[in-house]
Amino acid sequence: MSWETVIGLEVHVQLNTRTKAFCACPNRFGDPPNTNVCPVCLGLPGALPVLNDRAVDMALMAAIALECEVQDTSIFARKNYFYPDLPKGYQISQFDRPLALGGRVPIEVDGERRQVALVRIHLEEDAGKSLHAEGDRGDTRIDLNRCGTPLIEIVSEPDLRRPEEAGAYLESLRRIVQYLGVSDGDMSQGSLRCDANVSVRRLGETVLGTKTEVKNLNSIKAVERAIGVESARQAALLEAGGKVVQTTLLWDDKSATVRPMRSKEDAHDYRYFPEPDLLPLVLDHARKKRVRAEIPELPFARRDRFAAQYGIPAYDAGVLTASKDMADWFERFATDAGDGKTASNWAMGEVLRTLKEKAWTIAEFPVSIDGLVELLKMVQAGTISGSAAKTVFARMVDTGRAAPELVEEEGLAQISDSSEVVAIVDEVIAGHPEQVASFRNGKEQILGFLVGQVMKASRGKANPQLAKEILHDRLKSGHPA
Amino acid sequence: MRPVGELAGALARGEIGSLELVEDSLARIRELDPKLHVFLHVDEAGAREAADRSDARRARGETLGPLDGIPYALKDNIVARGLPSTCASRILEGFVSPYDATLVTRLRDAGAVLVGKVNLDEFAMGSSNEHSAFGLTRNPHETSHVPGGSSGGSCAAVASGMVPLAFGSETGGSVRLPASFCGVVGLKPSYGRVSRYGLVAFGSSLDQIGPVARTVQGVADALSIVAGLDPRDATTATAPVPRYETGDDSLLGKRVGVIRELLGEGVDPEVGECVRRAANECEKLGARLVDVSLPHAKYGVAVYYVVSSAEASSNLARFDGARYGYRAPGVRDLEELYTESRSQGFGDEVKRRIMIGTFALSSGYYDAYYGRAMHARALIRDDFARAFEAADVLLSPVSPTPSFRIGDRMEDPLAMYLTDAMTIPANLAGVPALSLPAGATSSGLPIGVQLQAPYLREDVLLEVAGSLEGALGWGPLPALVAEGAA
Repeated sequence: MSWETVIGLEVHVQLNTRTKAFCACPNRFGDPPNTNVCPVCLGLPGALPVLNDRAVDMALMAAIALECEVQDTSIFARKNYFYPDLPKGYQISQFDRPLALGGRVPIEVDGERRQVALVRIHLEEDAGKSLHAEGDRGDTRIDLNRCGTPLIEIVSEPDLRRPEEAGAYLESLRRIVQYLGVSDGDMSQGSLRCDANVSVRRLGETVLGTKTEVKNLNSIKAVERAIGVESARQAALLEAGGKVVQTTLLWDDKSATVRPMRSKEDAHDYRYFPEPDLLPLVLDHARKKRVRAEIPELPFARRDRFAAQYGIPAYDAGVLTASKDMADWFERFATDAGDGKTASNWAMGEVLRTLKEKAWTIAEFPVSIDGLVELLKMVQAGTISGSAAKTVFARMVDTGRAAPELVEEEGLAQISDSSEVVAIVDEVIAGHPEQVASFRNGKEQILGFLVGQVMKASRGKANPQLAKEILHDRLKSGHPA
Repeated sequence: MRPVGELAGALARGEIGSLELVEDSLARIRELDPKLHVFLHVDEAGAREAADRSDARRARGETLGPLDGIPYALKDNIVARGLPSTCASRILEGFVSPYDATLVTRLRDAGAVLVGKVNLDEFAMGSSNEHSAFGLTRNPHETSHVPGGSSGGSCAAVASGMVPLAFGSETGGSVRLPASFCGVVGLKPSYGRVSRYGLVAFGSSLDQIGPVARTVQGVADALSIVAGLDPRDATTATAPVPRYETGDDSLLGKRVGVIRELLGEGVDPEVGECVRRAANECEKLGARLVDVSLPHAKYGVAVYYVVSSAEASSNLARFDGARYGYRAPGVRDLEELYTESRSQGFGDEVKRRIMIGTFALSSGYYDAYYGRAMHARALIRDDFARAFEAADVLLSPVSPTPSFRIGDRMEDPLAMYLTDAMTIPANLAGVPALSLPAGATSSGLPIGVQLQAPYLREDVLLEVAGSLEGALGWGPLPALVAEGAA
C-alpha cells in the first residue's frame, strides 16, 4: 500500500528591527540576560504597548514579496496563556483579522520549480526564553531580552508532499526574507523557526488524514528528517489498523524520534480577543506603494537573470545568489571585470574556496573588487599567467596588498619575450635527452611534460603558450642538435 | 482645605507657601486617617522636597502654572516611581514601581506635589471601597457609610480636606459614584483624553483616569494639565487640548437633556429631588430642558460586566507570582506557583471577575458573550450620538441612591453592581461625564448629579458644570472636618 505525505509548515521569522515590536528596547541577540528590557516588555503593571512602524513595514514587505493579499485593516489580538517567559500572561498577535491572506512561496526541487500556496501572514511578538538547567532537579532561568521581538508567522497550505519540498520551502523563505533585509533567517539562532503539520493518506485519496504538529525543529535538515520519521510512523500505525491522534509532538534530533508533549502543554484555550491597547492597523495605498518600492529583485528572478546575462550554468547562478550579499558582490565584480564568465570562474573557484577555508562571509572577504579586477586584467593582458595569478590571489588575501606590487616583488611577471623563452627551452632540451628522443620517435604526448619543465625552469613565469610553440618548433626542426 | 483655585491664588500672591500646604495636608492626614483609612502610603519626605522646590521657584519669581505647589493624592492603581503601587491587593504587596505614569510625569512637570497613594477597591473592582485588601475607607460625612468606589480613597481624601486634589480612575463609574457619595466634583474624561500609561489596567477599553476636587475649576485646571496625546498610549486622542474653563453663570442657549430612563422607578426620592432642582436651576440660568432617551442604557450593566471582566481576566494574568508581588510560599512546581499565588493573592471580588471574564472569552462562548456585548456596546454608543443631536449635555442622577451603610451590599454582588447602572453607559460610549454636588439627604449624606457631554467635549461639560455649580453651591463639608477646622 502506498502512502502520500501531506505537509503544511508554520514558520516564525524574527524581524530585525532596531527596536522591539511594542517598546523602544534594542532588538538584539546575544546580550547579557534581562538587559534589553523596560516596563513595557517586562509587562509591569500599567505599561502599554505602542506599535513599531518599522516592524509593520517589514511584515508588509514580506507579505507583498510573497504576493499575499495585504488587508487594509488588520486587528491585533491577545493570545492568553500562562508561562513564565510570557510576562503579560498573553502574547500580542493577530487572530481572525491577520495582516495578509493567501500568497505563495516559490520552491525548486530536482530542477523543477513550483509555487507553494500560503494561508496567511500575521504580525506578533516573541516571548522570552526559558533556560532549563541540565538534570532532574535543575532550575529554570528566564531571559526576557527576546520578549517583544517582532515576528511574522507565515502559514502554508498543506501543499507540500515530500520532506525535500519542505526543505526547499524553508530555504526559499530564508533567502527571500534575507534578500528583503527583514531577517537573517538563521535557524540556528532561532531567527527562523518552523513547526510542521504532518499527515498521511492513501495515494489517490483526496480527503486529508488526521495531522500531528511536530515542534522543536532547529534546522532544515531536522525538518526533513522529522517529517520522514513522523510520516513513516503514521503510515505504519494506519497499516496496523491503528488511528492517528491529533496531537503535538516534539522532535528529538539525537534519537531521530518524536515524543508527545505533555497533554497540559497542549490543552490550550487561548481565549483570543481584540487587543484593546492597540488601534486596528490600517494600511493605506501610499504606505503599501512606498514599501513595495523597497523590495529588491528576489532570489529566483536574480538567479535566472545571472544565468542568462552572464552565460553561466544554473547551478553556479544558484550558488552566487544564495545570499543577497554574495549576489550583490558578484554582480559588481562581473560588471567591473567586464566578463561574467571569467568573474564566475574566479568567484566559484578561488573566492568561494577561500571563504570556505577561512569561514568568512563575503562581507568579510578582504580583497576589494577593484583589486580583484586589477588581477584579472593582468591575466587578460598576458602580464602574468593564470597559475601565477592564483599565487598572487593567495598573497593578496593574506597581505591585503595590490596585485601589481606583489607581481613585481615576487618577479612573477610572465616572460613573453621569445628569445628568453628560447634560451630556457634549449636548456630543457639539453637536459632531457631521453624524452627528446621519445618525442622524435613519434611519442608526441611527451610534449606536455617538457612544457612543464620549461615552466618549472622559469619558475612559472614563461608564457605557457609561447613555451609550447617554441618547444614544438625546436623539437621538430632538430634544433639544437 | 480650600479649593485648588483659591490655593493657587494664595500661592501666587505669596500669602502661603507650598510647604505650608503640605504640612497642613500631612497634619490633616495624621488627624483623620485613623478614622477614615484613606491613605495606603504617605510620602512625607517626597512631598516636602517637592514643596520646597516649588517654594524656591516662587521665590525666584518662577512658576510652572496653576498647580505649582498644590498637593495631590493618587489612587493606588496609578504608578509613581519609587513608591508602592498595591492596587489595594495582597498580590502587589511590596511592589514598588520603577517608573512613573504619564499623568505623574505631567503633574510633576506642572509643579504639583504628590502626597501619597490612596485606597480603592482591589484593582478598582467595586463600588464601595469595601473590597480593599487593606481595610475599607469610610465616608467622611458619616463613618458608618461607604465613600463609594472604587476611587473612594481619592474622593474621601478631597472631601475630608486631606488634599485639595486627587486622581481616581474609572472603568464603570468609579470616580463619579464616590464623588457623589462624598460631595465633591469628580470627572471621567472621554476615553483617550488622559493617558492610561501607568494606570494598572482593569478593563483597558474602558479605563480612564479622572480628577477629583471640591470645585469644577479644580478638575478643569487638573484636566488642562494631564490631558492630551501620549506617545506611550496608542489609544490617546490626537485632538489638541484646550485650556478648560468653567462657565460664566449663564446657560443661555444650552440644551440640557434630561434622560427619561434614569429618573423613574428605583430612584431614591431625595436623589430625584436633587436632579429636578438641578434641572430647574439650569432653566433659570437660561438653558432649555429637553427630554432625551437612551433606550439601550438598560443593557449597560450586563455589557459592562462581560467586557470589563473579559479584559480584566487577561490584564490580571501577569500577576502570577513569577516576577514581582506576592508569591505563595512552599510551592513545588509551576502549576502550584500560579494557583497558590493567585488564590492567596487575589480577593473574592477580583476572583469573581476573573472567572466571569475567562468564561466569557472561552472557546464556544465568545460569540454569545463578548461578541454580543460588543454589539450592544455599539448600540449604546449610538444612543448617545442620537441624544447629543437633541442636547448639548445630559443630566441624570449619578446613582439611584446616596451612600449606603457599610456591609449593606457586600452579600449581594448584583445589588452592588446595579449601584453603577447610571454611570456605566458613559464608560461604554467613551463620552465625558462628571458628578457635581447637588444637595444632601435629610441626614446630611451628599447627593451628586451627573452631567454628560459628547466625546471630547469636556469644554462644554465643564462650562455647564461650572455655571450650575454657581447656582447649586459647593458640596457640604463633613462635620468632622468642620469640627476639626473650628
